Amino acid sequence: MSIDLINFANVIISGVLTGLVYGLMALGLSVIFGVARVVNFAHGETMTMAMYVAVLAFAFFDINPFVALVPIAAVFFVFGYFLQAAVINRFITRPEHIQFMLLLAVAVIMTNALLLIFGPDARNVQLDYLLESIEVGPLLIDRGKFYAALVACSASAALFAFFRFSHTGTAIRACADNWLGAKVAGLDVKRLYSISFGLGSASVAIAGCMMILLFDLTPGAGPAYTLLAFVIVIVGGLGSMSGALAGGMLIGVSEAMAGLFIAPSAKGMFSFALLILVLLFRPRGLLSDKS
Amino acid sequence: MNRRALSLLASLGVVLVCLPFVATDYVLSVATLFLFFAYTGQAWNILMGFAGQLSLGHSVYLGVGAYAAAALHYHFGIGPWAGLWLSLALCAALGAVIGALAFRYSVSGVHFTLLTIAVAEFMRIGFDHFTWLGGSGGLFLKVTPRDQIDLFNLRGTPAMFYYVILALAAAALALNAWVLRRRPGYYWQAIRENEEAAQALGIHTFRWKMLAMIISASMTSLGGVFLAFYYNNLFPEQVFHISRSIEIILGPIIGGMGTLFGPVLGAALLALLADGATEILAATGWEIPGLKQLIYGIALFAVITILPHGVWPALARKLKVWK
Repeated sequence: MSIDLINFANVIISGVLTGLVYGLMALGLSVIFGVARVVNFAHGETMTMAMYVAVLAFAFFDINPFVALVPIAAVFFVFGYFLQAAVINRFITRPEHIQFMLLLAVAVIMTNALLLIFGPDARNVQLDYLLESIEVGPLLIDRGKFYAALVACSASAALFAFFRFSHTGTAIRACADNWLGAKVAGLDVKRLYSISFGLGSASVAIAGCMMILLFDLTPGAGPAYTLLAFVIVIVGGLGSMSGALAGGMLIGVSEAMAGLFIAPSAKGMFSFALLILVLLFRPRGLLSDKS
Repeated sequence: MNRRALSLLASLGVVLVCLPFVATDYVLSVATLFLFFAYTGQAWNILMGFAGQLSLGHSVYLGVGAYAAAALHYHFGIGPWAGLWLSLALCAALGAVIGALAFRYSVSGVHFTLLTIAVAEFMRIGFDHFTWLGGSGGLFLKVTPRDQIDLFNLRGTPAMFYYVILALAAAALALNAWVLRRRPGYYWQAIRENEEAAQALGIHTFRWKMLAMIISASMTSLGGVFLAFYYNNLFPEQVFHISRSIEIILGPIIGGMGTLFGPVLGAALLALLADGATEILAATGWEIPGLKQLIYGIALFAVITILPHGVWPALARKLKVWK
């Protein structure tokens, strides 16, 4: 293999690995939309909060994010559950745009509360042993990205298994399919919505714990992550769980390629152009067969 | 509107016209920002409040309008009164393209909102790499002494800028008041309430939604021209940023979407609340970044949960100014 081809393969692998973490982030958004029909405009901000918690856990208690993600996921499950139960459930029968604005208000509050508490400086978590690469034949794989992707895959698999096999998961799917039918069958719809929001928040919190290993963090990062999550779920099909994962990998690879061929800072332009095209021509997602 | 409302409006007008004679520079700058958001809020209100299309990408018209007039001035020495026509034309065209694509391919609801955000973000990153206009390093207009008034080139004292934006905001209010009682206003509200029913009644919904897009976009572009010449510098990261779009929509939502005075009242409340709080804290020695925006967020949250129709309808009932 020529050097160029190896370089190219390395970039694609790196894109897929980052994309899996993106996918987990978007999966949370997709679960929340798919079940509760809430367009969570505070999704990226929720992740930013989780990232700050991970930074604090590492800085003060020396707990690395791979361990901290378990309690952080639990905390954010509770957070999401109560956000839906106490606030958003009152808005489920209100027009879509009112819910959207409500979540926008939550997002603005989160971003600026973080800015107020932590100041504008960038932070990150550096683990020395993640800096070495894994050598697979001629390929070099970033250890940090590899572990992060592994965690993202396990968390996604757990979520899929929950929805597939557990009693509550089945009930939530019933609720997503037919809200009224689920209610008639005696399911506590509002509680199931709250659980879904909790699960979505927990997923994005785990994604955040991995993201802090890959990127620097500032309080203002929230809106960009929210938009990234929306790009991914729209490209993958809003409300589709496997679509979110596939969309995450697609965006991860396309960002990595854009970084290789055009200016790295212009990579976002590519994602937004893709979002515009998908919204116009494939509103159910790039990967759906119906349009 | 009754006699009482008219007299209230007239006295508000007198207060605003007299303000520069008594106000300090700081108060005048806050009042200028209030009028700026009252103006852009009214522009946004036409699209969302009247016609029911939620745009969260109005910063794109602000940015394109600002950059068009500033580029003509910077590169060719063309003054803003000539340049603003380019801004108007570009933003009307941009609004028309976005509207035509969105409405033709029936992109509606949240998808429409995401489309507007995507266009604004796309342009933000694009302008970051547009070196002819300064790229991410910014575009700087020549700063002139701030004591002479050169209305022709829109250079001058803070009071001059204050009167320019006051005139814009007042004109927007007059336009909105006029259009609300005319055919477009009624058709827009019909579309907002129930698009299918409006269509069944024979309203060409595509055409009227397009009209709302174009008017709202071109009005916002004038706000951009003002911004460019008021601040003398433009950065894509700032003018195209989604937080600009959010700031534009805060006033109308808090004041009351779809109402005539809502955007103005909302902008005033935000200016008083946020600047009041920051000023009081600054006086006691606390400079807190993010506090102003945090107050914006809390105000938005409070209004949506407590007064979903906004402050103005409730206040109007209290003041008995509306029938």
